[in-house]
Amino acid sequence: MKRSTVAAQAAAGSARLDLLDSLQGLNQSDRCVEVTLAWLADALPIEQAFFAAVYEERGCLEGLAGLGVDPDAVAGFHLPLSDRNHPLLVALTSSEPVPFHSGIRGAEGTPLSADEFVAVSVCRKAADAQPIGLLCLGTPSLDDAHRESVEWLAGILATQLAALWYSSAADTARHRQQRLESITEILDVVSDPILVSDADGRTLLANQGAENLLSSEEDMSEGRRRAVALNNMLFSASLFSTHDAEANRREVLLVDPVDGHDLLFEMLTQPLEFEPGEEVTVSVLRNVTDLQRAMQELEDNYFRLRTAESRTRAERDRLELILGSTVDPILVTDSEGKIELTNPPAERLLTSEGSSIAAERRVQGNDAVLTSFHSKLYADSSQRLRDQLSLIDPVSGAEVPVEAIATRVVDRYGEDSATVTVLHDLTEAMEKASLYEQVKEYSERLEDRVREATAELAQQNELLRRQALQLEQASAMKSQFLANASHELRTPLNAIIGHAQLMLEGIAGELQPRQEEKLQRLDSNAQHLLAIINDLLDITRIEAGKLPIRPDRFELPDLVSEVAAELEPLVPAESVELNIELGPDLPTLETDRKKVKQIFSNLLSNALKFTVEGHVSIHTRFDDDSGTVHLAVHDTGIGIEEDHLHTIFEPFGQSETAFRPKQPGTGLGLSICRRLAVLLGGEIRVDSTLGEGSVFTFELPPVYREEEG
Amino acid sequence: MVDREKGLILIVDDYEEGREICAEYLAFHGYEVATAEDGEEALAKARELLPDLLLLDLALPKVDGWEVARRLRADEATADLLILALTAHALDDLRQRALDVGCDGVVTKPVIPKELERQVREALDSK
Repeated sequence: MKRSTVAAQAAAGSARLDLLDSLQGLNQSDRCVEVTLAWLADALPIEQAFFAAVYEERGCLEGLAGLGVDPDAVAGFHLPLSDRNHPLLVALTSSEPVPFHSGIRGAEGTPLSADEFVAVSVCRKAADAQPIGLLCLGTPSLDDAHRESVEWLAGILATQLAALWYSSAADTARHRQQRLESITEILDVVSDPILVSDADGRTLLANQGAENLLSSEEDMSEGRRRAVALNNMLFSASLFSTHDAEANRREVLLVDPVDGHDLLFEMLTQPLEFEPGEEVTVSVLRNVTDLQRAMQELEDNYFRLRTAESRTRAERDRLELILGSTVDPILVTDSEGKIELTNPPAERLLTSEGSSIAAERRVQGNDAVLTSFHSKLYADSSQRLRDQLSLIDPVSGAEVPVEAIATRVVDRYGEDSATVTVLHDLTEAMEKASLYEQVKEYSERLEDRVREATAELAQQNELLRRQALQLEQASAMKSQFLANASHELRTPLNAIIGHAQLMLEGIAGELQPRQEEKLQRLDSNAQHLLAIINDLLDITRIEAGKLPIRPDRFELPDLVSEVAAELEPLVPAESVELNIELGPDLPTLETDRKKVKQIFSNLLSNALKFTVEGHVSIHTRFDDDSGTVHLAVHDTGIGIEEDHLHTIFEPFGQSETAFRPKQPGTGLGLSICRRLAVLLGGEIRVDSTLGEGSVFTFELPPVYREEEG
Repeated sequence: MVDREKGLILIVDDYEEGREICAEYLAFHGYEVATAEDGEEALAKARELLPDLLLLDLALPKVDGWEVARRLRADEATADLLILALTAHALDDLRQRALDVGCDGVVTKPVIPKELERQVREALDSK
């Protein structure tokens, strides 16, 4: 039936407007469909219709609302989208209405009571728009006018439903996303890693700080990715443990993905209802690595401080000990002269502890002296001042002369820090000085005495020297005298003898017997006198020590034979026998041969002189005990009286017997012999029996040694 | 009876007694004798007379015996003269000194005339 197009169009237009009005404000999809279907029923001669919507998440086409149909059947209508070839599903994608009648699969099973209907896809008019649903109209076909209305309606419905479903979901999602993104943006400003995790621990949101720790890209190094993986593990573990524990603040040790260093975080977690019914956990990681390090440093510094403190204390104690043990008073004053530190000796001088008024006064006096000393130091603005001060011992009142040395101590800014004053007690020094003076004086006196003594000594030495000289001179004079005497005595005597002998030889003419006899006696007496003089001079020389020893090496037997031969003429041939007995192992003699000869000659000649008949024996032997050589002369002569045994060695001590031998000795022979023997280190002994004989033994050390002489 | 063949002996001694005894004795025994009483005279007479033997006392005035001996030995004319030194000392070193200075022998004083004569004879014989 055709209406007038304008009017019809106008009517159709206003009817559409009405629908739009009705749809406006409806936010429930099933109501939209009902309203739409109701309108459609007016516009078309249909009595039944239903709409099935596409539920993507459920993957099916489900009935949503209907018109003139059983609501349960609508609700029960269910077609899986997987069955793509199902004609109904195919119709979904068609842009044209698709008629259905019995024989086509799917025609039955709809809530429509008839099998003949038209299926119209409800889809938004966008290029890639997905169908929203399927509208099934209970009419076998549609004419063009109706078709156009239906198509318009489908479009409207699509728009409406889309608006209701997708945009709200998209909105929610987008809105949610937008919320998250803007939150993230805000949180990126915070350097601490912040994460929002859902109930399953999945990260919903992570700020830049968190991403640096917990996300990695493909192009990152192996090490970095591993670090990140580790961090994720550690973080998740921590997150889950917070869920269990009550505490929502704990420490987490993570790894810096960049340099691999350990990072310590304090993790604060807080549950939050992000969306209605959606619980999330907000985790904030505060990097306390530095904090921890700072704390550690603080601890260390504290420890160091304590150590320094104790060391300083120890040093100070030590200083006090040192100061206390110093004998010299030491005091430290500030720039105003106030005493900061003293040692015991200083205290003694500068404190009185109220012992007595006198002590108090003395302390004040000392204080005043020191103060003026210090003010001089500051006035001079010199760094050091040395002066001699006179203080008083508060207790004894004794004067204490001191040498004060004050040194200003400046700190590194050049400001006066303190002044150290050392007082050096001079009493000792002064005492020492006076002692030194005394010592010097004594030493000088001593020196003088020594000098005197030395001079005396020198004088005495000089005296002795002169005396020695005089003695020497005397001795020399003596020798000279001896020599002169000897010469003077002998010369005239020689002349006497000479003349006598000349006369005896007949040089002065022939002699009468009596003249001859007289001359003979003259001659022999003169000779005797000469012998005596010679002997005397010998003795004198021995006494004067003027007889030098001339050691010679010789054999005693040779000497004995020599002397025996020389004295042979003296032996009275018939009546006296001369024997020589030489002992064994006689050592070679090292002594003055001449003197030994003289001694022996004397002994032998004596023996021969005094023996009229019998024998004269010469014995030689070496005596082991004494280490001396014994030369003994035995005779069977007249012998010597016992009384005279000790006098015979004295000058002129010859025994006074009636018997006078033909050749009288000088009386000096034996004494000379003994002296000579002693000179050679030996001795002469005598043993004799009157009338029977004598033994004279000359004992001699074989080697002459000067000490013994 | 003076016999030149026995030899001329010059006796030098400042002691007159001694000199005379020696001279008398030797003359008696046939020697020709001359005398001098000091060193100076000794040198002069020795050079002049060229005696066969010189009896020289070592201690002499003017020039002592040692010097006389030296000079005579130094003089070619008198270098070969026989000299017997007369000395009172008989010490060994003195003896050696006398020999060193050029004397041919030493006679000790006091002179025993017989002994002297013997030594003179021996010395002359040895020449």
